[in-house]
Amino acid sequence: MLRALKSFGAFWYDFVIGDDWHVAAIVVAALGLTALLTHAAHVSAWWLIPLAAFAALAWSLHRATSRKP
Amino acid sequence: MTALPLVLTVFVACAVEAVEALTIVLAAGLTRQWRSTFQGMAAALVMLAAVVGVLGPTITLLPLGVLRLVVGALLAIFGLQWLRKAILRASGHKALHDEASAYLREVAAAKAAPVSSRRWVSDWYAFNLSFKGVLLEGLEVVFIVITFGDNQRNLGAAVIGAAVAVVAVTVTGIAVRAPLARVPENAMKFLVGIMLTSFGTFWGAEGAGVTWPGGDAALLVIVPVVAVISLGYVAWLRRYRPAARLGQPARTPVAESGGVTG
Repeated sequence: MLRALKSFGAFWYDFVIGDDWHVAAIVVAALGLTALLTHAAHVSAWWLIPLAAFAALAWSLHRATSRKP
Repeated sequence: MTALPLVLTVFVACAVEAVEALTIVLAAGLTRQWRSTFQGMAAALVMLAAVVGVLGPTITLLPLGVLRLVVGALLAIFGLQWLRKAILRASGHKALHDEASAYLREVAAAKAAPVSSRRWVSDWYAFNLSFKGVLLEGLEVVFIVITFGDNQRNLGAAVIGAAVAVVAVTVTGIAVRAPLARVPENAMKFLVGIMLTSFGTFWGAEGAGVTWPGGDAALLVIVPVVAVISLGYVAWLRRYRPAARLGQPARTPVAESGGVTG
């Protein structure tokens, strides 16, 4: 039962998060910050999520290609 | 926004998944036994239909803002993972996805596996291979159809895009009875990664309360910008491609799971 739950969780982790969890963490953090800036500070922060996405992608690519074989 | 970008995005994404599922089904059917392969495929399709039947209407009950925030986040994460793999492949840091060699690997494994029967399934390996292949690739189709369709409040258009893709790939597969190695799968995955990331970014930001300059027309800027920056990353990484690659298939220093995202 526990093994089945573990493999179920592992499947969904791989399905949604994939190879680099940092990308997911950055996207979620950027969405949270955007909501905060928009609702609390009334700043039109439409630029934040695209910037975060490009930065997350660049960082993830750099990490992937600079690993030792 | 018109339904055309929605239908086209879903069509390309689902065609890629259908090509991969077809490779697995053909390997199981041609090497092992068609009856058990079709049973596995049918069982997976029933399970996928149940997922759509439960998730599709449930998600539409969410308020649009919450739906866009959650789905936008998921799509952006999912899209960035597709894009990451596509960029690594295009820049030579990861081996290109090759349907012909994937087929040969599946055939070799299918030939080596022993025959065993369970209840009404005479070849459990063929059933299992077909079931898992169709279910895994199908889940991505379901995910894309539901997220795009619900977000645009146009599930019908998304279903049409997916259905046309699956039927087109299936008919072609039946006609040629071979994996569709000529489909430009890597380019299609790159395109899907760009679209998922763009729509995810757009909807996620809207869900977080942002009003995009120009409204829906902002997508006409976001998509090309994501494409140009992604191509820029490819050019950047090509400069740092490991030595002795020219004229050779890329080795894969990037150790990663096969994953479901491309």
